Amino acid sequence: MEISFKINGEMQTVDVAENTPLLWVIRDILNLKGTKFGCGKAACGACTVHIDGNALRSCSIPVRFAENKEVITIEGLGTKENPHPVQQAWIEEVVPQCGYCQPGFMMATAALLAKNPNPTDEDIDRNIVNVCRCGTYYRMRKAIKRAAELSAGEIHPSEENKV
Amino acid sequence: MEKPIENKSRRKFIVRSLFGGTGVLLGAVYFGRNALRRNLYHAIENAEVAYSGNTGTPLIWFEILKDNSITFHCPKVEMGQGTFTGLAQIAADELEVDIAQMRVVHAQSDSGNIDAMSTGGSTSISGLWVPLRELAATMREMLKNAAANELGSDAASLNIAQGVISNGQKSITYGEIASKTKKWEIPETPALKPLKNYKFIGKPVSRVDLEDKVMGASMYGMDAEMPNMLFGAAVRPSKIGAKFINADTTEAEQMPGVVKVVKEKDFVGVVAKSYTEAENAKNAIKVNWQTEKVWQTKDIEAMVEVGKGDPMVIQKEGKADSILENEGQEIIQSEYKSPLGAHAQLEPNGAVAFVEKDKATVMISTQVVNITRKEVAEKIGLEPEQVNIVPTFLGGGFGRRLHTPNAMQAAVLSKAVGQPVKCFFNRQEEFQNDTFRPPTHHVMKAKLNGNGLIEALEHNVSSGDVMYGSALFPSIVEPVIGSDVGAWRGGMIQYRSIPNYRAVSWRVKLPFATSWWRSLGLLANTFAIESFMDELAEKAGKNPVEFRLAHIQDDKAGNRLKKVIETAAEKANYVNEVKNGRAMGFAASTDARTPVAQVAEVSIENGEIKVHKVTCVIDPGLAVNPDQIKAQCEGSIIMGISAAMHERMYVEDGVLKPIIYGPYRMALMKHSPREIDIEILQNDDKPGAVGEPPLGPIGACVANAVYRLTKKRLREMPLSLA
Ligand code: FES
Ligand code: FES
Repeated sequence: MEISFKINGEMQTVDVAENTPLLWVIRDILNLKGTKFGCGKAACGACTVHIDGNALRSCSIPVRFAENKEVITIEGLGTKENPHPVQQAWIEEVVPQCGYCQPGFMMATAALLAKNPNPTDEDIDRNIVNVCRCGTYYRMRKAIKRAAELSAGEIHPSEENKV
Repeated sequence: MEKPIENKSRRKFIVRSLFGGTGVLLGAVYFGRNALRRNLYHAIENAEVAYSGNTGTPLIWFEILKDNSITFHCPKVEMGQGTFTGLAQIAADELEVDIAQMRVVHAQSDSGNIDAMSTGGSTSISGLWVPLRELAATMREMLKNAAANELGSDAASLNIAQGVISNGQKSITYGEIASKTKKWEIPETPALKPLKNYKFIGKPVSRVDLEDKVMGASMYGMDAEMPNMLFGAAVRPSKIGAKFINADTTEAEQMPGVVKVVKEKDFVGVVAKSYTEAENAKNAIKVNWQTEKVWQTKDIEAMVEVGKGDPMVIQKEGKADSILENEGQEIIQSEYKSPLGAHAQLEPNGAVAFVEKDKATVMISTQVVNITRKEVAEKIGLEPEQVNIVPTFLGGGFGRRLHTPNAMQAAVLSKAVGQPVKCFFNRQEEFQNDTFRPPTHHVMKAKLNGNGLIEALEHNVSSGDVMYGSALFPSIVEPVIGSDVGAWRGGMIQYRSIPNYRAVSWRVKLPFATSWWRSLGLLANTFAIESFMDELAEKAGKNPVEFRLAHIQDDKAGNRLKKVIETAAEKANYVNEVKNGRAMGFAASTDARTPVAQVAEVSIENGEIKVHKVTCVIDPGLAVNPDQIKAQCEGSIIMGISAAMHERMYVEDGVLKPIIYGPYRMALMKHSPREIDIEILQNDDKPGAVGEPPLGPIGACVANAVYRLTKKRLREMPLSLA
């Protein structure tokens, strides 16, 4: 079945079984490997992407759900030249260790900050519920707060595009 | 083209021109001690492990490119521990280049650059500390001598900065020299720079892999691809001890996207056009498994008990056994337990393999390039030299990737279809086919003297295997060592002014694979010993910090341990009293010569233990990258909290459970301490272990704090008040 959606600003049409998890369409058909597979059961958050601005776990979302929607992955969040405030904060705090879980956490954080620009520690605890085995939570918390500061004075292009 | 050049020192340099003439590879062989002895060395807890490549081939390649950047083909893999960054710092300083000129990549096995050991055991930086600097310095001198010829100057009069060599008037870059020079002279190994002259070593340099990881651009094994790649899936048993008998694949063969169903003697798998099609077809295969026994958790627990299996005395001073023999009143005894634990690294194990007629390529996250290569070669009937292992970034290692049978399965499937195949575990398979952290049981015994000091102390530990059965640990060494050194890592008594002490390790063989898990037995052993030290301090009516200090011997190791303990107590303002509902717990450990002391500040909220703050003082010797040492401490503390307070695998009707994150409870953001305060002491002039030692004390810290809050002694992990 043909399904069309916008991903990182570009319209894409794929021809796959409609129940194929969005994650595999993103990774194996559109070849965007920044979105990771950790569990396939919505239990770890490594596959988190934005669908119309909401952070969702793409391993457990059938691709047909994305039809005519706007998907953003880590590759669309920012670039080396123009990083998203969350990525900038992640760099300043030197957060990643193995790095495998990090795109999912950054996507979850970007979505949280878009809705709640100044999250408290409790907001962070409640909303950032991905798994990081390397234990980078401590630096992530600092980076989330730093990202909130960075975004305070700034609207990033990837956010502007959204209606 | 390869031109080996030998010089008088025991190094062999090799110059290789790159295809297309873009640069030159300079490689060097560094002869270490022989492999058996090295493994023995590695096996002994306090040993220093020298770095060793496969003798005869270069173990370190520097590729000097025309743009004057240097690519370091790293023999150690990057799994988050920051090895790429630390080694780049070390090389840059002796090479006289800026850290920004260094690019670090994983060495592929066909470069000849193969680490004969593995990446693990917190040995990467310490093992390469001397060889890498010596090789970089020699390389610098080679470039300098070549530049002297080129510029017509005396080598001694030349200046080097950022890879540019100058005689005052004219200058030439490393890149230019490398592309022009035909004949290289190898100098004697030059003297290394004094520590104070290093620009990068000792500084909190940002990670070299940071930007890519933040942009989602780093390639892991799961992300690897080859042209015309198909997807494989192998059926794996969910029951303990299940033997493959046969399989009915009729339905699977008809499924959409299926290219081939592959039946082997010992496994059945499928190759399909996409991941989902391969998984669906796999689920349609009906396998006939045979199991002899239906295991339950209680069966496993009954096996892991001090007194069962084979004992081995691993440490002995004085007459602890005879003093503690009489179960009289004055003998103090406590028992502790730790559960079966999973690695739960985020990236599942997988590989992309392409087997051709007379060669094979495997892209994979592995901690054991050398072993992976050997195993794949054997499985598909090639020589190891015909197999190229292309290591990728690891989405977590923790010891899980010291076993890589998935590489063999991908290779078998690829061979069957003649195309590249990607094949990896799903999460359930990952949990059920893990090489688990073994459960442990500890019996601690002691006797105090009239002054409230320890007269005799004994630690008995029973554990499933850690090193035994590992491909890394040659079976011929077993009888030499006699007991599983992985299991007793951290199990020896570090308080060596006690007149009589003894440690005994009991070995049990469990019906499933148990093996290396970050820091091996350290977390569980330290939990037992350091909880017991607090119990003894209380019996003796002494402050637990002073009580520990009173039992430390006066030598270098003892003084380093004393210093971390004193500093941690001071930094955390350690007190015994509960204040505002919070109590402190203290513990210390020494692992691979690195002492660590920690203080946890804990409260009970709604019946649950909450860790607010952890103070950590570590002495790893010379700190190559203080920021990454801190990152390793933070990560170890949080992973330790996860294992000590939340995680537990169990067995139900022969099935290992849980099979997914969530039910396998792990520390999340909300469980992570809001404050972590780390101090690094450097009471040794060379770098020591960092990636595992800080995992030791945390379990005991939390249990000791909970006791102050509740007067309840938690002697079993995961720690719980329920
Ligand atoms: S892979 Fe989607 S939540 Fe784990
Ligand atoms: S950085 Fe390794 S899992 Fe999070």
